Amino acid sequence: MKKTVLQGVLGAAALAYAATAASAGTLDDVKAKGFLQCGVNTSLAGFSAPNDKGEWSGFDVDYCRAVAAAIFGDATKVKFTPLNAKERFTALQSGEIDVLIRNTTWTISRDTSLGLDFTGVNYYDGQGFMINAKKLSGINSALQLSGASVCVQSGTTTELNLADYFRANKMEYNPVVFEKVEEVNAAYDAGRCDAYTTDQSGLYATRLTLSNPDDHVVLPEIISKEPLGPAVRQGDSQWADVVRWTHYALLNAEEFGITQANVDEMKNSDNPEIKRLLGTEADTKVGTDLGLTNDWVVNIVKGVGNYGELFERNIGSASPLKIARGLNAQWTKGGLQYGMPVR
Amino acid sequence: MASQDIAGSGRESPGVSFLYDPKIRGILYQAVAFIAIISLIYWIANNTVTNLQRANIASGFGFLKGRAGFDISQSLVQYTSDSTYGRALYVGFLNTLYVAAIGVVTASIVGFLVGIGRLSHNWLIRKICLVYVEIFRNIPPLLVIFFWYFGVLSVLPQARESLSLPFGSYLNNRGIFLPSIIWGDNAGLIGIGFVVGLVLSFFVARWARKRQMATGQIFPVYRTAAALILGLPLLAAILTGFPATLDYPKLGTFNLSGGMQVKPEFLALYLALSFYTAAFIAEIVRAGILGVSKGQTEASHALGLRPGPTMRLVVIPQALRIIIPPLTNQFLNLTKNSSLAIAIGYPDLVAVGGTILNQTGQSVEVVAIWMAIYLSLSLVTSGFMNWFNAKMALVER
Amino acid sequence: MANPDLSFVRAEMAGVQPPPRSERGLGSWLRTNLFATPVDAALSALAILFLAWFLPPAINWLFVNAVWTGPDRTVCSTVAQGGIQPDGWSGACWAFVNAKFQQFLYGRYPFGERWRVDLTAVLFVALLVPLLIPRVPHKRLNALLFFVAFPVVAFFLLVGGSFNLSFVETPLWGGLLVTLVLSFVGIAVSLPLGILLALGRRSNLPVIRLLSIIFIETIRGVPLVTVLFMASVMLPLFLPPGVTFDKLLRALIGVALFETAYLAEVIRGGLQAIPKGQFEGADSLGLSYWQKMRLIILPQALKLVIPGIVNSFISLFKDTSLVYIIGMFDLLGIVRQNFSDATWASPQTPATGLIFAGFVFWIFCFSMSRYSIFMENRLDTGHKR
Repeated sequence: MKKTVLQGVLGAAALAYAATAASAGTLDDVKAKGFLQCGVNTSLAGFSAPNDKGEWSGFDVDYCRAVAAAIFGDATKVKFTPLNAKERFTALQSGEIDVLIRNTTWTISRDTSLGLDFTGVNYYDGQGFMINAKKLSGINSALQLSGASVCVQSGTTTELNLADYFRANKMEYNPVVFEKVEEVNAAYDAGRCDAYTTDQSGLYATRLTLSNPDDHVVLPEIISKEPLGPAVRQGDSQWADVVRWTHYALLNAEEFGITQANVDEMKNSDNPEIKRLLGTEADTKVGTDLGLTNDWVVNIVKGVGNYGELFERNIGSASPLKIARGLNAQWTKGGLQYGMPVR
Repeated sequence: MASQDIAGSGRESPGVSFLYDPKIRGILYQAVAFIAIISLIYWIANNTVTNLQRANIASGFGFLKGRAGFDISQSLVQYTSDSTYGRALYVGFLNTLYVAAIGVVTASIVGFLVGIGRLSHNWLIRKICLVYVEIFRNIPPLLVIFFWYFGVLSVLPQARESLSLPFGSYLNNRGIFLPSIIWGDNAGLIGIGFVVGLVLSFFVARWARKRQMATGQIFPVYRTAAALILGLPLLAAILTGFPATLDYPKLGTFNLSGGMQVKPEFLALYLALSFYTAAFIAEIVRAGILGVSKGQTEASHALGLRPGPTMRLVVIPQALRIIIPPLTNQFLNLTKNSSLAIAIGYPDLVAVGGTILNQTGQSVEVVAIWMAIYLSLSLVTSGFMNWFNAKMALVER
Repeated sequence: MANPDLSFVRAEMAGVQPPPRSERGLGSWLRTNLFATPVDAALSALAILFLAWFLPPAINWLFVNAVWTGPDRTVCSTVAQGGIQPDGWSGACWAFVNAKFQQFLYGRYPFGERWRVDLTAVLFVALLVPLLIPRVPHKRLNALLFFVAFPVVAFFLLVGGSFNLSFVETPLWGGLLVTLVLSFVGIAVSLPLGILLALGRRSNLPVIRLLSIIFIETIRGVPLVTVLFMASVMLPLFLPPGVTFDKLLRALIGVALFETAYLAEVIRGGLQAIPKGQFEGADSLGLSYWQKMRLIILPQALKLVIPGIVNSFISLFKDTSLVYIIGMFDLLGIVRQNFSDATWASPQTPATGLIFAGFVFWIFCFSMSRYSIFMENRLDTGHKR
């Protein structure tokens, strides 16, 4: 037994790397390591999925790149760890990843008892239902689903909301539960269940991967609040600040009309707010106080674009998902996305 | 552990260090190993505690009393989302036992048939059994489960185009729908009749054996027992006027409702485990029968026994002695393989535990519960089989 | 006695007669093998009916109706399902296997780097085949190369990151590559550890024996899935903060630990079968414990349990498919993952993919079991008890 474990430890030396001790400051560790290790979803079209060439792409993936750009000025200095629902929190707790950007819902129990700190909400979502309208033509509301078999991924808040919703509305249902999102998709596509429930963004993403996407409709009800956001380990506020302000930088950039294309011109802007944001104001310490360089926002926007560009490219009108901005519009346009002032 | 031969000389000659004394050496080795293991365990425990504290994760088994909040698709006992996590684990545990128990019975029956078929004089039967064994022994059980689930059950027609089976049953991609029996008043009498039949048969069998030992007369035990076990409940049913109605499945909005539904997840797991394990059992049975020396068969033929009784009275009892220990292993394997349920969403212990692990984040506790339960299942099964084995061996003498 | 001519001794052998007509030819074979008794006849009839019911549709599905080439799911689905096949058509979709074949072999290993996998495979075969053929000389050197040099070379080839080879992350590995890496490492690690544990369990030292027993029985009592979960979810918690393991390595540790316990029991069986005289004989020659084990006991014990060891390897090979459950894509996992690829999703895809995967697994396991029978016969020196 002793030998066995020793063997494991020796073998570990080959592939393991001593990463970060959180107490030493994740930011310093990441800088020393030279890349950011980011936990993402194993496969969720539009948010995080490998493309044909095996490169990761999606909304969450671009968030990882944005954080890498803020730290290194280079959006490619990031490595992705695909995680399923079960592994995601342990991976963060153990230091395997530096930040978890994997459509994770911010709830109080996760924030307090799992040792996580959520740094913001990069996507306001809500749980909904999708059905095959061709087969179930009479159904246009989730309240008509009594007696249905519902496909759901196990171990998610989705599963709990589903139980609560049907209970509250005194309806019956058959849960068909799978561990992996791919399995849930396959079961729904094969007609194992009548309805599919997950976050609405996920429903749209899944619909694309079904064999006949046009047959399926998303029902109007939203049965829960699902604020999805990046999470870091508790107790490292400097690192949490970096991730949090990367998000606000993306939002502010959109608000002030700074895009990937015009960011270099914008550096010459006279608008004091833009100057502060882009670090072109004299004697600014905004970036260095954060532990970064003063042109951190320039790096982010150059690397991945602003929040709006990220959204459109991955999940919005320029993508196959075609999700409307809705709650995720800027606060000036009736949405909830509100970039805290850089001052 | 150290070699014995230098032991004597080592102690007598003054020039040799006491380190060469095998006893002292043995103690030294053990002390080193013990300290190494203890410090390793301490190191792991220490790391775990540090990690958990750093991550601010609650620990302890208090979470078992918390509200589960999720539903489970198949449950043998009362369970709602308001039940506790502990209850959910219990439901998962029962589901594991359920599929394992039914699987063990089916696998044994199929395995014995195939194993005997492998030794049949009939060339065709022999070859079919051989092909079956060689196919199933050499592919992973997970693949067999997937095959049943994705390859067979999920390509069955949708609920509206269900295949009709006899007796008002239906088959579709949501499983098999059977009529369920709704017992009326006095239905308990039928059950009582069944139990009384069983008890009576037991005593008849004992009496018949004694009489055969004493006088050599043979009493038709099997026929009497069958008549008792089937006849008494039937009599009770006639007396009470058949107090049972059948509830047939009917097509509802989404699915067939009413009746009894056997879910495809259960069906796939059950069929896969049974057929996979049966291939191994068949080989064990074959080896067991071949292990009984040919002289036994020939001697019983010489005594005038026909092939049937020879098999039943001479060969099988002796073969069982060889068969039972490896058979126990196969039963345990089947039980352990039922944990593959997680891949197709049958709510067994591991699947439910996985959900809880995810909801509460208490991975150490959940994994500890898994291990404890499977370990005790293993111990109980092997304990029972050892007892059975001892009994079989005694009967032999 | 008085008349010796009464006796007749035939001088030449009687000519070989053909067997009686009733024992000759097809009719006789059928009679003895298929229709010996009425029960046999009934069984044969049942078997023939079963084959007639099962074989033609199976052959039809597998070969006749099967689709061999095509660009996407349309060739494998009926008109109602959005494809080009007539209604009621059903057949294997080999086009799917054809299109995904590379992925089944390499996973998402980068295209430009796949020659490294190929080279590793060639090395593997080149070293393994002479090791398996008993007549080829230089076994010691060969084994040394195979178990010591090859893993090192393979590690640098597959992982890269040095010698001008680009680094390939293990999450990109997949398919048969992962299956074989897991099996090979599992076997290479579990065999020596299993021997040590078996010796530990047979040792005279109570503490060592107890520790070995606890380890072996605990691991054997729990399903591999829980061991893998422990390796994947809990291993990070067992280590000091910040030390992390590669996911593949975690699976490897889980599989190897599991297999070690099983192998230890098989080898213990062999150790127990060695007569006491062998131990005493070795002791009387003045051999030390390790000399005794290495030169006298283990060669005999291991020879006795070769079938058991190979059976353990077969189950290890099959068990590697379970890593799918902890989110890795071995051969079965990657086949399974591709069912949900919208380009190929059709009712025929899952069965086709699984039959392909099953066939690959079967080839490996079946050849291992045949080889074990061959070795068993070869090594059978008559001392078997």
